[in-house]
Amino acid sequence: MNEQEVFDKVVNILKPFVRDQSALLQVTKETSILKDLKVNSARLVDIVLEIEDAFDVQVSDEEADRVRTVGDAVALIVDRKK
Amino acid sequence: MEAERRVVVTGLGVLAPNGHGLAAFSDALRAGKSGIRFHQHLADAKFACQVGGIPEGVEELQNRYLTDEELRAMNPNMIYAAIAAIDAWKDAGLERLTHDSVAPDWDSGAILGTGIGGIDTIAEKLAPKTNEGKVSRLGSTMVEQIMSSGNSARVAGLLGLGNQVSTNSSACTTGTEAVVMAAERIRRGFAERMLAGGSEGHSKYIWAGFDAMKVLNRTRNETPAEASRPMSASAAGFIPGSGAGALLLESLESAQRRGARIYAEVLGGYVNCGGHRMGGSMTAPNPTGVQRCIRGAIARAGIRPDEIDLINGHLTATFADPHEIGSWAAALELSPERFPFVQATKSLLGHALGAAGGIECVASVLQLDQGFVHGSINCEDLHPALAPYAARIPHRSLDLPSLRVIAKASFGFGDVNGCVIFRKFVSEGPANGQVDR
Repeated sequence: MNEQEVFDKVVNILKPFVRDQSALLQVTKETSILKDLKVNSARLVDIVLEIEDAFDVQVSDEEADRVRTVGDAVALIVDRKK
Repeated sequence: MEAERRVVVTGLGVLAPNGHGLAAFSDALRAGKSGIRFHQHLADAKFACQVGGIPEGVEELQNRYLTDEELRAMNPNMIYAAIAAIDAWKDAGLERLTHDSVAPDWDSGAILGTGIGGIDTIAEKLAPKTNEGKVSRLGSTMVEQIMSSGNSARVAGLLGLGNQVSTNSSACTTGTEAVVMAAERIRRGFAERMLAGGSEGHSKYIWAGFDAMKVLNRTRNETPAEASRPMSASAAGFIPGSGAGALLLESLESAQRRGARIYAEVLGGYVNCGGHRMGGSMTAPNPTGVQRCIRGAIARAGIRPDEIDLINGHLTATFADPHEIGSWAAALELSPERFPFVQATKSLLGHALGAAGGIECVASVLQLDQGFVHGSINCEDLHPALAPYAARIPHRSLDLPSLRVIAKASFGFGDVNGCVIFRKFVSEGPANGQVDR
């Protein structure tokens, strides 16, 4: 799975958590999950669980805390899949 | 002390086993349409009672009211409450504030009760994962679905409510108690508008305990529409139901300022408990408590008992129905000839537990507004103790344009009672004047 495929899959996972769906039209690696996509911060727990399931990886609480942008999440997954 | 304010009903929302929305629900009431159906999942779980009342078409309906993000954190109890509350809010001509609005509506609140709450979420998700040692896999949405206040809390966010938001719970009295409490808050000037009512999900986990108590009718699995039989000689227990009913209560000043349509006035209400004394227990009502509750509501409403045109009873189809009518007779001190009409909405819906009072208050107000009395089905074989009242218990709906006052009561486990008096709105004041609409 290349980086673009991981990116697309992450955006797809984020989709149901995004209140303003129009924000997804301009999503880039720099897009902030909380500030730009306005995801309810309580739901980050659920997003991590879905990423773990979708990519068959384990994400520690500390690693999850460092994820701010869509690109952070993609980088974490790509690194884990090496 | 300032004079108490008048409280009126300006919006209604209902999601019932026999219809969603005011038009479908009032049509169902008029037609005597039962919402009770056979449910395979109850048979699979070896329930003795395999029929129940579950609102239909909700999977499709919910997407018109709620986003995916909202739905993933909601169980049926919360979804039902949200649909009924949004409907009542819009029916009152109020706007739904979007998430990004700067401030909530500080003058509007909600008391939306539930009897059992999110026990299905506990049984299906929380308990299994916790027992498997997978707490970290529960996700973020457990607490908001299992906290008792989950239904009202969600509605607060959906509508931007800034006044008191709470969930009451008093078993089968819940919905009616919510209406009494919310009206009182407006009457005393603490809020201008309150959503009031109740919701209950459908789940084998919600209903199993009642089946185990053998208080559900197990004799009509083959004929579901005949299963809920309040006031019948062949009544053999209640039929579980689910759904939600919500009323938008409003101060008369606020309603008139907005030019809102007024369905009815909440003249007064009363709640109490029989204290498990004098024949009362956890599961049986103290008749003196019931009578005091009815009398208390009438006194608060400032009416005479003979002004009541219709009783929308609790009437579940257990052994208690004749005792309930006995308590009404003792409280009203009216002979059978002068007795109000009596009806059992549960004959059509089953017993929606914490939602029952809310749904049945909506049914009461709709009948006042439209001038009809819905029939009670499945009691052609009237219980012998009720024979003197036979002429006051219509089996088919009848038009009654003169319908003015309805007494609605609910009684619940815990020996708790609630009664509320609705009257067709009269603008000149409680004592005199022409009917406005």
